[in-house]
Amino acid sequence: MFMWIIKRDLLLAVRRQSDVLTTLFFFIIVVSLFPLSVGPEMNMLRTMAPGVVWVAALLASMLSLGRMFSNDYLDGTLEQMLLSPQSLSLLVLGKAFAHWLVTGVPLVLMAPVLGIQYDLPAEALLVLTSALLLGTPVLSLIGAIGAALTLGLRGGGVLVSLLVLPLYIPVLIFGSGAVEANMSGVEFSAHLSLIGAFLLVTAVFAPWAAAWSLRVSLE
Amino acid sequence: MAINWFKYSSPASFYSLAGKMIPLFVFAAVILLVAGLYVGFFVAPTDFQQGEAYRIIFIHVPAAWMSMFLYVVMAFWAGIGLAFNTRLSSMFASAIAPTGAMFTFIALWTGALWGKPMWGTWWVWDARLTSELILFFLYIGFMSLQAAIDDPRRADKAGAIIALVGVVNVPIIYFSVQWWNTLHQGASVSVNQAPAMASTMLMGMLIMVFASWMYSIAVILKRTRVIILERESHTAWVAELHKKGAV
Amino acid sequence: MLHGINLACVRGDRELFRDVNFSLEAGGLMQVRGPNGSGKTSLLRMLCGLSNPAAGEIRWGDAPIRALDGEYYAAMTYIGHLSGTKDDLTVIENLCISSALAGFEIEAGQAKEALNHIGLRGREALPVKVLSQGQRRRVALARLLVCKTPLWILDEPLVALDVLAVKLIQELLERHLKEGGMVVMTTHQEIDITATSTTQLHLA
Repeated sequence: MFMWIIKRDLLLAVRRQSDVLTTLFFFIIVVSLFPLSVGPEMNMLRTMAPGVVWVAALLASMLSLGRMFSNDYLDGTLEQMLLSPQSLSLLVLGKAFAHWLVTGVPLVLMAPVLGIQYDLPAEALLVLTSALLLGTPVLSLIGAIGAALTLGLRGGGVLVSLLVLPLYIPVLIFGSGAVEANMSGVEFSAHLSLIGAFLLVTAVFAPWAAAWSLRVSLE
Repeated sequence: MAINWFKYSSPASFYSLAGKMIPLFVFAAVILLVAGLYVGFFVAPTDFQQGEAYRIIFIHVPAAWMSMFLYVVMAFWAGIGLAFNTRLSSMFASAIAPTGAMFTFIALWTGALWGKPMWGTWWVWDARLTSELILFFLYIGFMSLQAAIDDPRRADKAGAIIALVGVVNVPIIYFSVQWWNTLHQGASVSVNQAPAMASTMLMGMLIMVFASWMYSIAVILKRTRVIILERESHTAWVAELHKKGAV
Repeated sequence: MLHGINLACVRGDRELFRDVNFSLEAGGLMQVRGPNGSGKTSLLRMLCGLSNPAAGEIRWGDAPIRALDGEYYAAMTYIGHLSGTKDDLTVIENLCISSALAGFEIEAGQAKEALNHIGLRGREALPVKVLSQGQRRRVALARLLVCKTPLWILDEPLVALDVLAVKLIQELLERHLKEGGMVVMTTHQEIDITATSTTQLHLA
C-alpha cells in the first residue's frame, strides 16, 4: 500500500516532469538573486550562504505543497484514498515521502553546486548537503498538514505559507546553524542530531495530523 | 449542591449567562487597570539602572504573558471542540484568537519602545522578541485559516488542528530561538530572583496581569456572544431575541 | 446489514433531511431518489463515512461504521461524481493502482479482462486524458469488476454512458445482487434492476 502510493506519485511526477523542474529552477534562481542584490563580496556571501540556501529551500518546498493533495482532490482520487481500508496516516506518509523524493532530493543534490557559487569550503558543502538531506523531509511532512488543511480553499497557496512557514523555523535555525558552526570551527553534530530528532518526531505525528486534516477538509 | 454545568454548554443558555457576567468582568478590569497603572506609575520606585523607562514593563510583561497563555487556552478549547464536537468550545477558541493576537502585538510594540532606551535600537533579534513575533504569525495563521473557510464546522476543526500543531511547536520554536540567540537579559521575574525586583514593582505588575485577565474574559465573552448570534441566526431562540429587540 | 437510523443532514443553515431510516440486507437494492439539492449525494457520502450525519447513526452489521473504520472500508466500494482517475496515467495503470489502494492487488491480466468486459478493449495503454466522458466513467466502473466488496455505493453511475454501457452496468448490478451483494445508488435515469428486495428512498 505504502509502496503503491509512492509508485503512483513518482509515476505521475515522471509524466509531469515540468512540475519537478519548475521547483528546482525556482530554488536555483532565488539563490542566485542574492549576490545580485547584496554585491559579489566573497566574505559576505560566504557568511550568508547557509541561510540563503535554506530559505530558498523552504520557499521551494512550500511552493510545491499545493500539488501534494489538490490534484488528487480535484479528480476524486483523494476521496478514494480516504475510503481505503489501509491506514490513512500511512498513506499520507507515503505521499509526503514521494513529495520529498520529487522536490526535496533535487534540492539536496543541487545545493553543493549553489554552495560553490558562494565560495563555501568543501567541508561546509558537505555539512550543508547533509543538513538539507535530513531537513527537507521535515519540510514535506509539516507541509502535508498545511496542504491538507487548505485543500480546496480560495487563496490556499498563500494561506499555506502563513500556516507552514512559522513551523519551519526550527529546521531553518538548526539547518543553517550547522553550516555556520562548521565554518567557525565549532562542533556541528549537535545541530544535525537535532534535525534528525525533528525528522523522527514529525514522521510520527505529522502524517497523523495531516490525515485528520484531510478528513476534516473532505467532509 | 450539584450544578448542571452542561446546561451552560448549550449556546442559548451560555448566551444569557455570558450577558450577565460581562458587566462584572468589565467592572473588575477597569478597577484593576486603574489600580495597576497607579501603582506602576506613581508608587513603584524609579529603577536605579533603567530609570523611568522601565515602567513600560507594567504593560509589556502582562501583555507578553497573556499572549502566551491565551494561545494555550485557545488551543485547549479548540482541542475540546474537536474531540467532543462541542460547538461552544470551538466558538470560544475563535473568540480568543483576536484578543491573543492583540496582546502579542502590544507585547511586540512595547518591546520595541522599551528596546529604544535600553539598547538604543527599536528592534533587536533577541530570543524573546523573536519568539513573540513568531507567536504573532501563529495567531495570524489561525485566524486567516478560519476566515478562509466558509463552512463553520470545517473552520472550527481545521482551526483546532492548526492550533494544536502550533501549541506542540511553540516550545520547540522557543527553544530553537533561545539557542539561536541569547542576547537578552535574564528573565525579569522568576521565583529564585524575586528579591531583584522591588515588591511594589512586582505588585503593580501582578495587578496589571489580573486586569488583563479580566479584560480578556470580558472581551472574549462578548465576542463569543456575537459568534453565537451569527452561527445560530436560523434558530428559534435567536429569532425570539430579535422580536424582543434584545439584540 | 447496512442500517441508517434517524439520519439528518445539515448544509450551512439549511436542513436537507431528517429522520431518514432504512435497512438494507444481503441481495437488497436501495435507490435514493429526490430532486436536485435534496441531499442524495450528501446521504451517500455519509454512508461512505466521508462525512458525519448531523444526527443519527449508520450501522454495518451491529457496529457503527465510525467504530469499524478500515473494516468497513474493506467491505465497501464507492463511486462518486468524480471519476477518481488520474489524467496522466493510462487506463490500465489507473485500474491497477486504484484497486490496489482499495486493498485489491490485481495482475495485469485480470485488469485487462475487466477492461475488456467494460468495453475498453484496445484502450488499455491510452492515458485517461484522451478518453471521452463516457469512457472515463467506464474506467471508474471497472473497479466494480475487480474489487470484490459486498456493498456498492454508486452516485449517478449511469451519467454519460451510452445505451450499451447502461445495459452492461444493469447486468453487472443484477449479478452482484444475485450473489448476495448490496447496492445503494442514485440515478435520474429509469433503469430496471431485478433484485430480491428493492427499496426506494425518497428525499423531499
